[in-house]
Amino acid sequence: MSERSLPAPTLPVADRPPVGVGAGATAPAPLSRQRVIPLRHPGRWIATAVVLVLVAQLAHGLVTNPFYQWDRFQYWFARPAILQGLVVTLEVTALSAVLGLAGGILLALARQSKNPILRAVSWTYIWLFRSVPLIVVLLILYNFSALYKTLSLGVPFGPGFVHFNESALATDLVVATVGLSLNEAAYAAEVVRAGILSVDQGQHEAAAALGLPKGYQFRRIVLPQALRAIVPAYVNQLIGLIKGTSLVFYVSLLDLFGEVQNMGSTYPTDVVPLLLVATGWYVVLTSVVSVVQFYVERHYARGALRTLPSTPLQKLRAGVRGLRERADRTHLGTVKA
Amino acid sequence: MSEQIHDESTRPLVRIRGLRKSFGANLVLDGVDLDVHEGEVTVLLGPSGSGKSTLLRSINHLEKPDAGFVEVGGEIIGFRHQGGSLHELGHRAITRQRARVGMVFQQFNLFPHLTVLENLTEAPVAVRGLSRKSAALQAKALLERVGLGGREDAYPRQLSGGQQQRVAIARALAVEPQLLLFDEPTSALDPELVGEVLAVMKDLALSGMTMIVVTHEIGFAREVADSVVFLDGGRVIESGPPADVLANPGHERARSFLSAVL
Repeated sequence: MSERSLPAPTLPVADRPPVGVGAGATAPAPLSRQRVIPLRHPGRWIATAVVLVLVAQLAHGLVTNPFYQWDRFQYWFARPAILQGLVVTLEVTALSAVLGLAGGILLALARQSKNPILRAVSWTYIWLFRSVPLIVVLLILYNFSALYKTLSLGVPFGPGFVHFNESALATDLVVATVGLSLNEAAYAAEVVRAGILSVDQGQHEAAAALGLPKGYQFRRIVLPQALRAIVPAYVNQLIGLIKGTSLVFYVSLLDLFGEVQNMGSTYPTDVVPLLLVATGWYVVLTSVVSVVQFYVERHYARGALRTLPSTPLQKLRAGVRGLRERADRTHLGTVKA
Repeated sequence: MSEQIHDESTRPLVRIRGLRKSFGANLVLDGVDLDVHEGEVTVLLGPSGSGKSTLLRSINHLEKPDAGFVEVGGEIIGFRHQGGSLHELGHRAITRQRARVGMVFQQFNLFPHLTVLENLTEAPVAVRGLSRKSAALQAKALLERVGLGGREDAYPRQLSGGQQQRVAIARALAVEPQLLLFDEPTSALDPELVGEVLAVMKDLALSGMTMIVVTHEIGFAREVADSVVFLDGGRVIESGPPADVLANPGHERARSFLSAVL
């Protein structure tokens, strides 16, 4: 009974002419044609104002505080020494990212294998390299040539056919790349494994039932779907790697951070602008990776989403269109009044 | 071969003998025998857990039997008979055998990252060695046949459940199988979409395709099946033409199941 009587009194209220309309000027429009006024959010406006003030303060400080020495920042930003370091950072990152991902895929497949030895080796590798700090791995490798003077290819425990002089082979770049790749592979393995696990069992079965060969199943059916889960996690990993390369300074490879450190000890008054130069370049690298990530994710979202997320350009166009429509509407409104 | 009782024309396409399978301590198939002749439609009925799906999945070796065998077209699936024992086949040989048996799943299992056309051309290109172009031509003809001409470029998620299942049937047909297996093809569909899938299946049956169908659609069994096999507790407890098994089940378990689903 109460259920039915409750909404009744609200109806006549809604049908009454809206308050503020000049009485008798015009008959009120019927309810179905009245203007819809969205809910106001005063809290949002206050929060916006507070945040804007804080941001303005921060920007003001950055510009006016002489401590930052922006002229020196400008001077250092594209110096040949810094750019050389940047190239080293890019080289080490690119090599370790590719080798690490390749190793990660192999380790992930080994961990999913039916062979218990492969599973155990893969598990142990991941356990070990996730346990040891990267800097320790790098320093151990750096001192590796003292442990093993020569490396040789040949029969295990038997005669070797090709011999390498380790100290000649292990340049600083090689040591840094190997160390980062070994570390990266352990993390990439778990990222790849998570991606493979995210693919429904039915997909494996359907591919098998069609008689698709095993390698083909993985390449064409499982991996493309797994990549949807792999890409965001691996990019996260990659950004960590970009910044992790700054540790190679400790195995005497002069990357971006290494050059900044070097210059900082030569020009002690420029330490802060030099650190800001490093910050700037790392931000640029991360931003480039993030933009690439957006488009790669969008590529692998095909079929998974009914409509793809719009690109920034599409969003901009839609925003401009929306503003124009709104302007037209208010314009019409004023003309009418 | 010489000991064949039947001549070549009446030799069953599918011959299952003494098939046993358990998952851990749970015995799912307890010595199943089954014959399916070419061009026949066999419907497997039974309560859930009776082993219907496991039996169906054993026919293309998605489940490996513990004992007994499945033979399709005179070839034992998943094993090679040699010197008084069955040797497990390598992956390559099993893949070749599977390509002769098509399968349609309850959850469709279309490849969501590929378009409808790519779903249909993947296997013909990889397994039968067709060129992309002729595979695409064949795929379009198959889509026409299941009433989905013109939807080649859609992604599976953009289709209704009934349409997806019809694409899945077309995909199974694209490898030109000798035999089609259906694992509860309409159980995941809205009631109003069941009809369109059953119509395609009926059409296939009329065209002479050999089919083994796990379903709860008794109407389909009565109308289309040549024989109905009733399973319970991993055993065949009743089998024969639908008119006999459905109208006049001899076994108590079959009677109570049928009265529950009819």
